[in-house]
Amino acid sequence: MTGTNTLVIRTPEGVEFGLPLAGPFSRMLAYSIDLAVIVALGRLLQQLVQPLRFFGEDLSTALITAFYFAISLIYMSLAEWFWRGQSVGKRVLGLRVVEASGLRLELPQVIVRNLMRFIDALPALYLVGAVTCALNRRRQRLGDLVAGTVVIRTPKLAGPNLDELRGSKYNSLAEQRHLAARLRQKVAPEVARLAFEAVLRREELGPASRLALFHELADYFRGLVAYPPEIVEQLSDEQYVRGVVDVLFTRAR
Amino acid sequence: MIVDLARFVETERPHWVALEKSLDWLAAAPSRRLTIEEAQRFHELYQRTAADLARMSGFAAEGELRRYLEWLVSRAYSEIHETRERKRFRPWRLFTVEFPRAFRRHLRAFQLTVALTVLGVAFGGLAVEFDPEAKGIIMPFEGLQITPSERVAKELKDQGRHLTGVKGRFSAMLMTHNTQVALTTIALGASFGFGTVVVLFYNGVTMGAVIYDYVRDGQSTFLMGWLLPHGVIEIPAILVGGQAGLVIAYALIGWGSRLSRTERLRRVSRDVMTLAAGTAIMLIWAGLVESFLSQYHEPVIRYGWKIGFGLVEATLLTLFLARAGRGEDAAA
Repeated sequence: MTGTNTLVIRTPEGVEFGLPLAGPFSRMLAYSIDLAVIVALGRLLQQLVQPLRFFGEDLSTALITAFYFAISLIYMSLAEWFWRGQSVGKRVLGLRVVEASGLRLELPQVIVRNLMRFIDALPALYLVGAVTCALNRRRQRLGDLVAGTVVIRTPKLAGPNLDELRGSKYNSLAEQRHLAARLRQKVAPEVARLAFEAVLRREELGPASRLALFHELADYFRGLVAYPPEIVEQLSDEQYVRGVVDVLFTRAR
Repeated sequence: MIVDLARFVETERPHWVALEKSLDWLAAAPSRRLTIEEAQRFHELYQRTAADLARMSGFAAEGELRRYLEWLVSRAYSEIHETRERKRFRPWRLFTVEFPRAFRRHLRAFQLTVALTVLGVAFGGLAVEFDPEAKGIIMPFEGLQITPSERVAKELKDQGRHLTGVKGRFSAMLMTHNTQVALTTIALGASFGFGTVVVLFYNGVTMGAVIYDYVRDGQSTFLMGWLLPHGVIEIPAILVGGQAGLVIAYALIGWGSRLSRTERLRRVSRDVMTLAAGTAIMLIWAGLVESFLSQYHEPVIRYGWKIGFGLVEATLLTLFLARAGRGEDAAA
């Protein structure tokens, strides 16, 4: 494991992948949603049992008490088992319980981690669980420690958005084919990669750093290939570098 | 370095989508199995995606794509590298075969729970004998604050009328409360067994105080008629809960074991689940008996019948725990 919020697993094939760990706050929110679901299920049950009042108040109250207890006891386990580590709350917040070694979650693990809620909830408001979770590098509460599980974040992931580089906008640098070819020939791979990353990460930079970085890169590229002034004079440093990256990475075919 | 990322994504995306679809299909139902051909295709897709991830690993800019591939590879990895046998969940078999087998596998832990409870019983009895004020502290229940003779006289007069119309509610309350206590006893195993030991000892102390109080007052028959019908199931259920707690504690401590803590816990998790399920079922039965039988005394139901019923239950439970699923023990 590296850092404090990623579980890193290395497969026998030598491939490493990281699972982003969920923090105590998002888990608490997910559990609040699940509590609301349990209460809603209890209410629903109450409505379903209403007709049994005909056979006596005692029977219907006993059934409500017993079933409500059963729901609160098994809801999390059933949900996490059938939805492979997710309950309603975890689905809403994009969390999932997984085996700490990255393997498949087994039924006994699901049951044991939820059984341990009795101690994690002590003395009140999941204090034991929250403290254990905050102190643990893998963000595990006691139940996770005993069951060998972790809770990870599973944001809906889509493929990369390459529109920035696909040349969806007009690129005057690419139109000068002989100069573009020279540019591709002269730019070193490591500089190309640096420029590519600068374009993709530009929103993460502060305004001053962003101006300085693109100014430096643009100067470097201008020094390699001299484009006619009428083509590039209207371009800012950043537009110039984006044009170069577009030429280098997406117009080579 | 991947020079043309766009082309790379375009070429590989169909394989990622295919892998994602297979994973979603598997995730939709835990019992699904792949055919040999499907498994081969799945493995190919996994290897290809893992290779793509490896190619992306030196490429810091495309964080989103890398996370996407990591997520796909991690899901596929958990399917491909899992070697544990996946058992079907069969509740009837769980209780009738696996529960007694798990109980016998951890007999030493059960013996320890019995020893702790007996120690508590002795302590509770001695406390009531030597300290008259101890009764009020050890048994903070309204019904037990009067002398046993007074209670027997009251029960004779009442003839179970106080439960008329509330037997179901009382039964449900007993089941939920006792199950909560038992499951907490199991969970306290995570305190390296300390909490489990305390709960077992304290239960023993309460029992010892009650038993001694009734025996000293000459109400042994009433006590047996009252406690045996549900107690012979309820008390062993709490002990089995304690047993599961101690199994967790033992796996956490790991005396003399070369396995990692994670592996030790993984190995006992199925038994803990089975013992917890068995405990809950026993407590449901005990709750029903306590509400519908134990609370009725003579002249409504003769003590002899109640004691006899309790002894039959105790014999059946002993036979069940000692013998059920033995054939599979031998096969294993």
